[in-house]
Amino acid sequence: MVSESVDTAPAAWQRDVFDVLKAAGVRHICYVPDAGHATAIRLAEADPEIQAVVLTTEEEGIGYLAGAWLGGERGALLMQSSGVGNCINTLALQPCIRFPLLMVVTMRGDWAEFNHWQNPMGQATEPVLKQMGVMTWRADVPADVSPLLRGAATMAFAGEASCALLLGQRLIGEKEWVK
Amino acid sequence: MTAGGTLDRRAVVAALVRERGDLLVVSALGSPSYDLMAAGDHDLNFYLWAAMGSAAMVGLGLARAQPDRPVLVLTGDGEQLMGLGALATIALRRPANLSIVVLDNGHYGETGMQPSHAGMGVELARIAAALDFPGAETIAELQGIEPLRRRLHARAGLHLATVKIEPKNWPRVLPPRDGVHVKNRFRQALGHSPT
Repeated sequence: MVSESVDTAPAAWQRDVFDVLKAAGVRHICYVPDAGHATAIRLAEADPEIQAVVLTTEEEGIGYLAGAWLGGERGALLMQSSGVGNCINTLALQPCIRFPLLMVVTMRGDWAEFNHWQNPMGQATEPVLKQMGVMTWRADVPADVSPLLRGAATMAFAGEASCALLLGQRLIGEKEWVK
Repeated sequence: MTAGGTLDRRAVVAALVRERGDLLVVSALGSPSYDLMAAGDHDLNFYLWAAMGSAAMVGLGLARAQPDRPVLVLTGDGEQLMGLGALATIALRRPANLSIVVLDNGHYGETGMQPSHAGMGVELARIAAALDFPGAETIAELQGIEPLRRRLHARAGLHLATVKIEPKNWPRVLPPRDGVHVKNRFRQALGHSPT
């Protein structure tokens, strides 16, 4: 029996994700639960100025953010790299109507991945995003998270663009597997 | 439950959007968008041409950003079946100003009238009820539309109505396909200038 461990001490960069989104004027945070985003999710759920929206599948967040922008408000979508695969067709919405689509993606199948079933989608994540017209950046060290996300948010909101920051497994840390 | 119903979809949609006031409307790709356009183009209509399964989520985001206005999502049974999980997401948020109207002909009209799950017995209004939507109903008579219209304007609670329409393809009335234009005019009508 193999079970996945739970990280009990969130790293400071996890908080940076939330702080940058909040400072960028984000009012809606859509997410599918994920350990790497646990701090941002917790802070979003606790913040009365933020509408946190838990999704059943990631592509729901794209429609939601398009609607929020139609109504004049900014949002962001937090997900795991596997969720990018779920989003592919719906990503077409962004270039067709042009709205800010800011995504923060925690990577699996990226580095030191124990569960190789994660590898195909993890390896395809950034190429797939680029093929769908999403601008991408990668953070593999904690110091890069805040400035890269700030820059992605600027380009998403100033240019009504699709922007994704990928949080690499070297940043997140090797997942510990307990027998 | 038979596939679809007998109502004229164009009459249903025209009745829903009359005297629309501050109503915001999102229509799903295909026939719901043609129906909405046939009822009259409007700056506060948002027509989807893709992203099947997303219409209700666009409506949710819009309803949450504009809580003081009623938001109507016009979709079809096949489109909503592709976004069944979205109904669970919407159920948790329960925006009082969001109404989802499923124009249910029991078929995939756009692709050759193949029967849909709804046409083979899956009842979306019962799914909404099981998800604890405050309002969930099936409407088979035209007289049911006016109470629905009044209810959505009252922002009286999250609501899903399945409207049983005739499985028939009407002549297409094409809304603008320039999504950037439609989005910008929608936002401008709400007072948001282009970026």
